[in-house]
Amino acid sequence: MHESAIKELLYKIADDQLILGHRNSEWTGLGPLLEEDIAFSSMAQDKIGQSNALYSILEQLGEPAPDAVAFMRSASRFHNCIFVELPNGEYDFSLIRHFLYDTAIAIRFEMLTSSSFQKIAELSAKIRGELKYHTLHANTWIRQLGSATPESVRRLQTSLDYALPYALGMFEPSPFEAELIEKGLFAGETALQRQWQKKVEDVLSQTQLVLPDWTEVQPVTGGRYGKHSEHLQALLDEMSEVFRIDPSAEW
Amino acid sequence: MSEITADMIREWLKEVKDPEIPVLSLIDLGVIRDIALEGGEVTIEMTPTFVGCPALETMKEEIHKTLREKGLEKIHIDVNFRKPWTSDLISDSGRRALKSFGLAPPPPNHLFMDLDVLEYAVCPRCGNTNTELRNTFGPTLCRSIHYCNDCKEAFEQFKPL
Repeated sequence: MHESAIKELLYKIADDQLILGHRNSEWTGLGPLLEEDIAFSSMAQDKIGQSNALYSILEQLGEPAPDAVAFMRSASRFHNCIFVELPNGEYDFSLIRHFLYDTAIAIRFEMLTSSSFQKIAELSAKIRGELKYHTLHANTWIRQLGSATPESVRRLQTSLDYALPYALGMFEPSPFEAELIEKGLFAGETALQRQWQKKVEDVLSQTQLVLPDWTEVQPVTGGRYGKHSEHLQALLDEMSEVFRIDPSAEW
Repeated sequence: MSEITADMIREWLKEVKDPEIPVLSLIDLGVIRDIALEGGEVTIEMTPTFVGCPALETMKEEIHKTLREKGLEKIHIDVNFRKPWTSDLISDSGRRALKSFGLAPPPPNHLFMDLDVLEYAVCPRCGNTNTELRNTFGPTLCRSIHYCNDCKEAFEQFKPL
């Protein structure tokens, strides 16, 4: 059992899902269309539910209960990438992030269906099917707005250029990278990034959006090691506000 | 009292409905994956439709309540993903119940490779496919929203998964 490596892997995925799930939920009631309001709210529910399932596996490995893990940690103990904690901004940025992130997480869970850690392999097979709806949603809107009007193309392009360095931070290597790969737990961030780039290129080639040379994009890293932007603590303070009034309350 | 069997429990669980779709029993929904009896203790293996399904806790409480009323005391519910749920597990009677409830039953899961299968859902009112997909996300995680061009009305479909 390679417990430290497994825990680190589970924490970073669960934290990504929880934090972006919370960001998605901030669109509830504010979406530019009722349909988008519902879509981002539903994806929030999926992501937070999936993070809960991952935290439950961590609990079985001796970590605190999911609620405590989600609501009681300070920012420096979160392993999410900085990308997911950035504020929603305008809809164009939220959509670009949704596309870049969900393309990656869908591939990540696909890869994890063959993990040697059986619990995560089983859960990933389940989550893989659910995420199909997320990538479908993202791809549909990117294809439409990525070649709709000069304004939609310009706004998405600006958001894409801004998002890419953060997006590459999703693939910041784990301290246990070699162990994870060698033991068949996870095929690794490099393999994931390679598949992700291919998929992103494929979808964007059907639009007027332009990707830069990948080698010229400087990844914004640190999140996997607890080094976050100022936005994470603010998000956590808001997310845990009610829970912290009385952590022992039964809901 | 005669010996309680797994078949009897399965029959009793037909009384427990999905709180989000109250015409569908947990048996017809396909979320009960196994029922095992040992020395008066029953273990029910259950798996959620969606990982983030908020109805799961209510379903568990209802199972406990129903089986206690039948005289069972030791009830364990094991929620896991060993045999994950897919929409193909909804029984034929469940599909009929969905349709009469006004919800289009899900198309076979293997057809769901891209948007096309969602695009032309069968309208549960008129049975035609002159329909449009309005949103892959609906009022609950398991439903999408469609519009029938013949009936000129919106309807929901249970999503293939």
